[in-house]
Amino acid sequence: MLIPFFYMLREGGMKTSIIELLTLHEAMHHGLAGQSVDDFYFLARATLVKDEAHLDRFDRIFGAYFKGIDDSLSDLVQEIPQEWLQRQAELSLTEEERELIRSMGGFEELMKALQKRLDDQDERHEGGNKWIGTAGTSPFGAYGYNPEGVRMGQRGSRNRSAVKVWDKREYRNLDASVELGTRNIKVALRRLRKFAREGAADQLDLDDTIDKTARNAGMLDIRMVPERHNAIKVLLCLDIGGSMDDHVRVCEELFSAARSEFKHLEYFYFHNFIYENMWKDNRRRQTEKTSIFDITHKYASDYKLIFVGDATMSPYEIAYAGGSVEHWNEEPGAVWIKRLLKAYPKAIWINPEPKSRWHYTPSVKFVSELMQQRMFPLTITGLDEGIKALR
Amino acid sequence: MASHRFTGTSSYIATDDLTMAVNAAVTLERPILIKGEPGTGKTQLAIEVAAALGKPLYEWHIKSTTKAQQGLYDYDAVARLRDSQLGDDKVHDISNYIMHGKVWEAFESEEQPVLLIDEIDKADIEFPNDLLRELDRMEFYVYETRELICARHRPIIIITSNNEKELPDAFLRRCFFHYIKFPDEATMAKIVDVHFPNLKKDLLGAALKAFYKIRDVRGLKKKPSTSELLDWIKLLLAEDIPPEALHGENIRNAIPPLYGALLKNEQDVHLFEQLVFLDRRNNPQ
Repeated sequence: MLIPFFYMLREGGMKTSIIELLTLHEAMHHGLAGQSVDDFYFLARATLVKDEAHLDRFDRIFGAYFKGIDDSLSDLVQEIPQEWLQRQAELSLTEEERELIRSMGGFEELMKALQKRLDDQDERHEGGNKWIGTAGTSPFGAYGYNPEGVRMGQRGSRNRSAVKVWDKREYRNLDASVELGTRNIKVALRRLRKFAREGAADQLDLDDTIDKTARNAGMLDIRMVPERHNAIKVLLCLDIGGSMDDHVRVCEELFSAARSEFKHLEYFYFHNFIYENMWKDNRRRQTEKTSIFDITHKYASDYKLIFVGDATMSPYEIAYAGGSVEHWNEEPGAVWIKRLLKAYPKAIWINPEPKSRWHYTPSVKFVSELMQQRMFPLTITGLDEGIKALR
Repeated sequence: MASHRFTGTSSYIATDDLTMAVNAAVTLERPILIKGEPGTGKTQLAIEVAAALGKPLYEWHIKSTTKAQQGLYDYDAVARLRDSQLGDDKVHDISNYIMHGKVWEAFESEEQPVLLIDEIDKADIEFPNDLLRELDRMEFYVYETRELICARHRPIIIITSNNEKELPDAFLRRCFFHYIKFPDEATMAKIVDVHFPNLKKDLLGAALKAFYKIRDVRGLKKKPSTSELLDWIKLLLAEDIPPEALHGENIRNAIPPLYGALLKNEQDVHLFEQLVFLDRRNNPQ
């Protein structure tokens, strides 16, 4: 019975392997999951999931599979917006209302109806008795009463009649595509380090020399190793102010992670888009500017160029001379970014706006084209892809 | 089937899912990888499992410079070189210069041991790959003496990680995995109860409420964790603070005493004090 489940996990995008499936069977053979479905769920989770980022996904697939719903995989992609499920109100129902709910039909009917309503519904809903939301008598949603209801991820349990552990989705915020803290960013940035430990063997390896000399019965045997240093050089250009204010926290995190991760890190600020100057200190942005030409002359082309910005502005600010919101620029921003990209072939643009919102803003598309599509969202997966593009 | 089942101990509260993961690892004699927020008792778990099952514990703490080889054995070439110049007789037997590592010690244990590999993510990115065969087959080869060391009893291996590096897939496939999520209020009450059994009920309730409110404050860089809560309660007890001092409708109306034990980051303390100050100014009592 587990084989379809296994394939469902793989279809759902989890990298579960045969070894893990066999381990699960072995564990069941030892009677570890004998007592209840909950036990089986815990066992399967410990065996098949190896990354907390996948716990939420696993919970959803497990829930879907063990309720006999095979066609809900598409829901995994189309997430239920969290606000729908947020707790808004408490509700106590009268006995008659409860009676009414009981008459609504069997469990399978409910699941089919859920499928249908998910397709129909496209806005948050509260109360009422049909749509998914909170505190209503619909069988789907949270904080309501329906003895056969399906709970959809909220904190705490109210009536307890519909709760299943995997439906609580307690690992909700650990999915890899949500925004990150410094530690996670550091981990992502560390991938840039891998190829940084190269170079000529120019240092004496004392341990190895002693080791080889001793093995050589005392005849000196010199061993050399390449120097272990992180040779990656990074030029970080951060958009500051204006629409970036919403993203200050996450950019701060990215910046502090990058600073501790790279020895050769140079950073500059810009506002909205790149023109002839950038600056290092925001308080003295009017007086102490660095010309783009000075930057390209000072830092060699082996620097990796990373822009961080939401690329949200009027397209004029990119395409036209004089488009800057701060000063009169003789040449359009697009020309300046092209100069930078020519000087630094390895370049990416990291955008803190969620990718799903990019297509609402024409300038994002424009910048992305200028960057030859090397624009990535500021999430773990986005950084990962970005780092790959930098190599 | 294992002779014992781990169900938590008198000083460690294990949730059902954690118990299941540990028992699966014990039964199938495979390593278990434990992840979770700092301060949720990952390292403590190994100590408690060893105590609960009555098995000896070997602890291998990993640092950024630790090599996989060091867990198996070290060959002290320098000592041998010195001995050879001094004409010491020991020099003819290479095994005199082989220092056993923690893994070797665990493999040689008379009864089934518990082996803790603590903070595996601190080491180099290749570290877990270098231990694949050792963890899988529970054996390794000593090149210097040409002997194969096999585990007498497959140890219960508990590995902890703080997620600073991603672990290789091949390694993960061989492990059970458990993510210790932050305990909810009921579990937390149990945890505090096993550490401070004589705590008055009302003080505990008030302390937990204050603790979860602080955790809910937005924008904290480091949220207080279980170990900080336990320290804080210890302080509250030492200072004999009455439960009433912890009450307050809103966290912003009342600074809990000794909150320095909960907030370790200067900026967090500052943020917290500002919130309290703002709120007092807006709602004078």
